[in-house]
Amino acid sequence: MVTFIVRRLIATIFLLIVVSMITFAIFFLIPRLAGQTTYQLATQYVGRNPTPAAILDIETKLGLNEPIYVQYGRFLKALVFGEHYTSGTGSTYCPPPCFGYSFKTQQPVWPQMVSDMPVTISLAIGAAILWLVGGVTIGVISALKRGTIFDRFSMGIALAGVSLPIFFTGLISLELFSYKWPIFPNVTFVPFTQNPALWARNLVLPWVTLAFLYAALYARLTRAGMLETMSEDYIRTARAKGLQERTVIVKHGLRAALTPIITIFGMDLGALLGGAILTETTFSLHGLGLFTVLAVQNQDLPEILGVTMLAAFFIVIANLVVDILYAVVDPRVRH
Amino acid sequence: MDLRRGIRRSGDGKAAGGREVPEVTDTSAPTTSAMLDVRDLHIHFPTDDGLVKAVDGISFTLDRGKTLGIVGESGSGKSVTSLGIMGLHHGTKANITGTIWLDGEELVAASANRVRELRGSKMAMIFQDPLSSLHPYYTVGAQISEAYLIHNKVSKKAAKDHAIDMLRRVGIPNPQTRVDDYPHQFSGGMRQRAMIAMSLSCNPELLIADEPTTALDVTVQAQILDLMADLQQEFGSAVIVITHDLGVVAELADDILVMYAGRMAEYGSSEDIFDRPAHPYAWGLLGSMPRLDRARIERLIPIPGTPPSLIRVPSGCPFHPRCAYAAQTNGRSVNEVPQLRAVGPGHEVACHLSTEEQRRIWGEQAARMQLSPPARHFSQEDA
Repeated sequence: MVTFIVRRLIATIFLLIVVSMITFAIFFLIPRLAGQTTYQLATQYVGRNPTPAAILDIETKLGLNEPIYVQYGRFLKALVFGEHYTSGTGSTYCPPPCFGYSFKTQQPVWPQMVSDMPVTISLAIGAAILWLVGGVTIGVISALKRGTIFDRFSMGIALAGVSLPIFFTGLISLELFSYKWPIFPNVTFVPFTQNPALWARNLVLPWVTLAFLYAALYARLTRAGMLETMSEDYIRTARAKGLQERTVIVKHGLRAALTPIITIFGMDLGALLGGAILTETTFSLHGLGLFTVLAVQNQDLPEILGVTMLAAFFIVIANLVVDILYAVVDPRVRH
Repeated sequence: MDLRRGIRRSGDGKAAGGREVPEVTDTSAPTTSAMLDVRDLHIHFPTDDGLVKAVDGISFTLDRGKTLGIVGESGSGKSVTSLGIMGLHHGTKANITGTIWLDGEELVAASANRVRELRGSKMAMIFQDPLSSLHPYYTVGAQISEAYLIHNKVSKKAAKDHAIDMLRRVGIPNPQTRVDDYPHQFSGGMRQRAMIAMSLSCNPELLIADEPTTALDVTVQAQILDLMADLQQEFGSAVIVITHDLGVVAELADDILVMYAGRMAEYGSSEDIFDRPAHPYAWGLLGSMPRLDRARIERLIPIPGTPPSLIRVPSGCPFHPRCAYAAQTNGRSVNEVPQLRAVGPGHEVACHLSTEEQRRIWGEQAARMQLSPPARHFSQEDA
């Protein structure tokens, strides 16, 4: 088990390096391959209406005219050790992990992402708990009561949940519960450390909206998984032992049906931690998702690079956690 | 044995022939002391395509320490019968009538909870494929102790010790360490041994083995059959072996019930079925079975055709479309459902052929197959 985790950890570090290479290549290698000169590349980093001198200055300062592997080495070094930047008046230090400075705000990218992270984390984890509990419960009941009114009704709702986009359900919920009946007015983010009650109350609508989409998906997955598992031979064995039906369902059926759900759950949560773009935009929550949208709108290359790396990092880590969990849950993977 | 033969199957005149499910079920206590007394069992499944008469009038008795072999092709209703006895059709749409007396207790009308209590403790079952029948996420030991824990008020430690003991008794080496292994770490034969250990852990009085060796390697099959025979001696359980392999019943069974299309075709002692079979279907089964006491040049004779649909069972004798002797019954086999009748002490057959004809035809067939008189059947020692 320990060797398994160590092996997976080494693989994860390797994977993160590959991810950083690809991300770097997207921003610095592909433009060159597409025929862009380093001067043109530097133009993007300078800001609006730059003077040729300023562009040349940036080009040398960022080392854009150097070979690509040197640039990558510098990029990696900044990520791990930080970077000293010299500007006209003096030197500034960008502590690790350094993704450079935002074009728009002239601030280091990393602290901005850190300040936006609590919003995304609160949103993602709250919604994840809701959809996991809700989706799995509905899925199990639907599977056990297959063909009944409950099954048809909940699967119909699930179909709606999967099909309806967040910006539709989100706006409807805002209209109904924030304006028409102001049960949850003023959806703004309040840090958990500041006021847990208000934190939760203000996040109810985004949570439910986001969870609705995923819960629908998970209900369908759980239902399908349960239907398959409950027809397995080992369920018949469990019944033949004389186990109570509840034990058969939960201990023998659900245990096996949940294994694939764990995988998907980890991946979904990992992806969401990189920013729930639609939900955050709909509810104007300033998390990593909205950060990404703004970065793209402003063509703020260091910000885009930073948030891409961060999102990739979350997914890779989620992958690792899922793999380890999987080995805990399924003994066949361990050996 | 003789006592049982005399009173077996009292009052079930329409056993194999009953096309209608009887509305009134005879719930009077059985007049035998048999461990298991199944009378006029019908298990029907309503489906969108029609009523599937999976089991249509089955009656038999089984004493302690004895083994009954139920033989038939796929879809003949053998597994459905066994699941019906175990009460494992509960929750499906199965419509079960008739009576099943287990040690003086009626099971068909009993509450689902009562049958559940009996399952695993008084009656247990071994399934065909030991890999898929064991839960992949729990250790073998946990699965064995689970069965023991539900029916006995003991500590988990005691249950685990019991599981180790059971594994030792079914011949698993190093049971103290293997108890913590998962099913995928066991070989096929060991899995079936673990399965047997699980089923015997509460010392059941009735053990049903549904194709216990079908999924196993031929060399392992013999070991498992020997093990089952030994354990039956040790535990004194009544055993039902369900199989399509006559070699298996030859090894284990005292009595044999041949099923066809959910009905009883022939029922008798092992000697009756192997030495004096009376039903053309039984002849077919014997003729299609490789035997070591037969000349090697002889080809195996397959039974023509396929088992019938259980929704539209052929009229009259369900076997008549595949029967080479149907023409000799003056059309009765097409129009009239054959009733079970005795052709010897405790030996019954549902066939329109007269007893004389049956003896004559089997005599010819046995001669053609060059069976050495006294016909010895295939057994594990020979193999």
